[in-house]
Amino acid sequence: MEKIEYTDEGQFFSGHVACAGCVEALSMRVILNTLGKDTVGVVAPSCSAVILGGHPMSAAKIPVLHGTLESAAASASGVKRALKAQGRDDTTVLCLAGDGGTYDIGLQALSSAAERNEDILYVCFDNEGYMNTGGQKSSSTPRNAATGSTPFGKTTRKKNLIEILAAHRIPYIATVSPSHLNDMAAKIAKAQTIEGTKVVIVLIPCLPGWGVADNDAVATARLGVESGVFPLFEIEDGVRYTMTKSDKSDAINGYLKKQKRYRHLTEADRADLQAEVDETWSRLLAQAETTV
Amino acid sequence: MNAPAFADDMQLLNGNHAVAWGVRLAGPDVAPLYPITPQTPILEKLIEFQSSGAFQAELLTPESEHSAMAAAIAASATGARVFTATSSQGLLLMHELLHFASGARTPIVMFNVNRTPASPWGFWPDQIDSLSQRDTGWVQLYSENPQDSLDSVIQAFRIAEATNLPVMINHDAFYVSHSVEPVSLPSPEAVTDFLPRQARDIQLGDGSGRSLGAPIDQASWNRTRRDLDEAMKTVEQFAIDASQVWEKQTGRASAPLEFYRYHDAEIVFVTMGSMCGTAREAIDRLRTSGIKAGLLKVRLFRPLPNEALRDALRGAQHAIVLDRNYSPGTGGVLHQELRSVLFGTQDPPRLHGYLAGVGGLSVPEERLEALATEVRDTVPAANSLWLE
Repeated sequence: MEKIEYTDEGQFFSGHVACAGCVEALSMRVILNTLGKDTVGVVAPSCSAVILGGHPMSAAKIPVLHGTLESAAASASGVKRALKAQGRDDTTVLCLAGDGGTYDIGLQALSSAAERNEDILYVCFDNEGYMNTGGQKSSSTPRNAATGSTPFGKTTRKKNLIEILAAHRIPYIATVSPSHLNDMAAKIAKAQTIEGTKVVIVLIPCLPGWGVADNDAVATARLGVESGVFPLFEIEDGVRYTMTKSDKSDAINGYLKKQKRYRHLTEADRADLQAEVDETWSRLLAQAETTV
Repeated sequence: MNAPAFADDMQLLNGNHAVAWGVRLAGPDVAPLYPITPQTPILEKLIEFQSSGAFQAELLTPESEHSAMAAAIAASATGARVFTATSSQGLLLMHELLHFASGARTPIVMFNVNRTPASPWGFWPDQIDSLSQRDTGWVQLYSENPQDSLDSVIQAFRIAEATNLPVMINHDAFYVSHSVEPVSLPSPEAVTDFLPRQARDIQLGDGSGRSLGAPIDQASWNRTRRDLDEAMKTVEQFAIDASQVWEKQTGRASAPLEFYRYHDAEIVFVTMGSMCGTAREAIDRLRTSGIKAGLLKVRLFRPLPNEALRDALRGAQHAIVLDRNYSPGTGGVLHQELRSVLFGTQDPPRLHGYLAGVGGLSVPEERLEALATEVRDTVPAANSLWLE
């Protein structure tokens, strides 16, 4: 088992209000401690906003602007420019948003910030749906997953946000998982040193939203990574792909079986999903090899 | 009204370029800007100033007015002096964030060029875009001409920073935004004296680690609105002070309410924006005919100076409200507001509400002159009437 090596700088407090066993809180702890105290946060309405807790308490030691759902990247741009105008350009500006606030309603503002190459670090906690409102589908929800608004399973694919972002040619995009915390810390630390727009997507298996057992979120995330459903990789300047793990196990069945949102699947459905994962994985490997 | 003599400190400027000069002199740190007709010359002039090195703000050009306002709020909360500008659809797109800005107590100054909202599309002077934002917690000023717009921008920063409230200044599309007049430019030193950089409450990144806008309980939310109410109550006096200090420096007053040939007026026009100029011409004609007419110009619309309006209207026999806006189901917004102000007062003037120039129609001074005679023998209608 891998030893977790990041240092706890006391940037994330106990007493937060995440669900017991939630790996978003775990990820926030790693991310906030990696970035350190010279950081200002912008949080979109999402599980992150809830986890940080109600005023006047806050689980984050850094100051946080609780902005509107569709404008996290625009708000972060405003913070960064104001700090720059006041001679505080070294401060890291961090966005924390969910997939609804990133793939859906916040995409326009994020695309614009990326086009302007604003010097912000945008972290998307991707739990593949509107889990904070009780579990409805977002454009990040994968095919066949059951949600409150897709009770028989979603009929269309998960939006490939990463390719959309890569097309903006921003300096850094990475995927990370709470099952690989050292990798998460390393990528966040790397992103912090890069000037321009950085986006990090974090896989967050949602306990109630996905129907995962309270003690199983890390294992579920690990299966997601190992089966290639959620590959770990980096893209620099939109074109240089680097696989963090360049092998995957054959089957996604183990990953699917951990989640009640997939329990209605037929063998044919599972085969379709497997084919989708295999195809995406091959394309990704080809892009990484081309880069090398 | 006679055109002012052309002095050395004057330039020929249209309303929007006068705004840009006011902004340049006020020196904001951050300016998120998104183009929209007929606001765009403000954006273009500021970018021209920045390119020449005369204006040093961080300029953002995001993808929408919504993001422009989101960035403005965040930058203001982080301690920056912030300006933005918009019009019509852009202002309406910002609506959610207008509430957010006042709730967050961010002293942003925004210039809005009043334009008809779609549908159907139109690009004409009409004030319903900003008047329909009256409940969002923004201070609202209405400017009559380019000089008024320049002076108002500079005064708005002072009012905003004294109260931690956002301020929106409005002028009419084309009638003001694109009309060229001689405009007196104050010296940079005078503006620096008028707008000193003062330590103010910085909500984000002040070193304390406190957050802004996190969820709160009912009682605490209620308290934020009581605080907002207290702040709103101080605006009128700050606006008067700003006008008086500005008058000492420049010789030009721009008070919350302004008056023209008003002292002994029996028939008064009450209006906002460029319509005031037309009313002045009509009043001169009426006075020549021996009719005691006058103008009450409402420059500060939010917060509405209720007591001052009551005092001003005491003694007038007829008040003709000219609304270049139409609120469906209500009529003219200023008419509605003045009925509220006068309700319960003793011997109020007869209040005649007219929807005048809605959609940018030209209202000739002769029409207003005739109107003053028509209303003398008329019992006012409960509703606003369309000016034929």
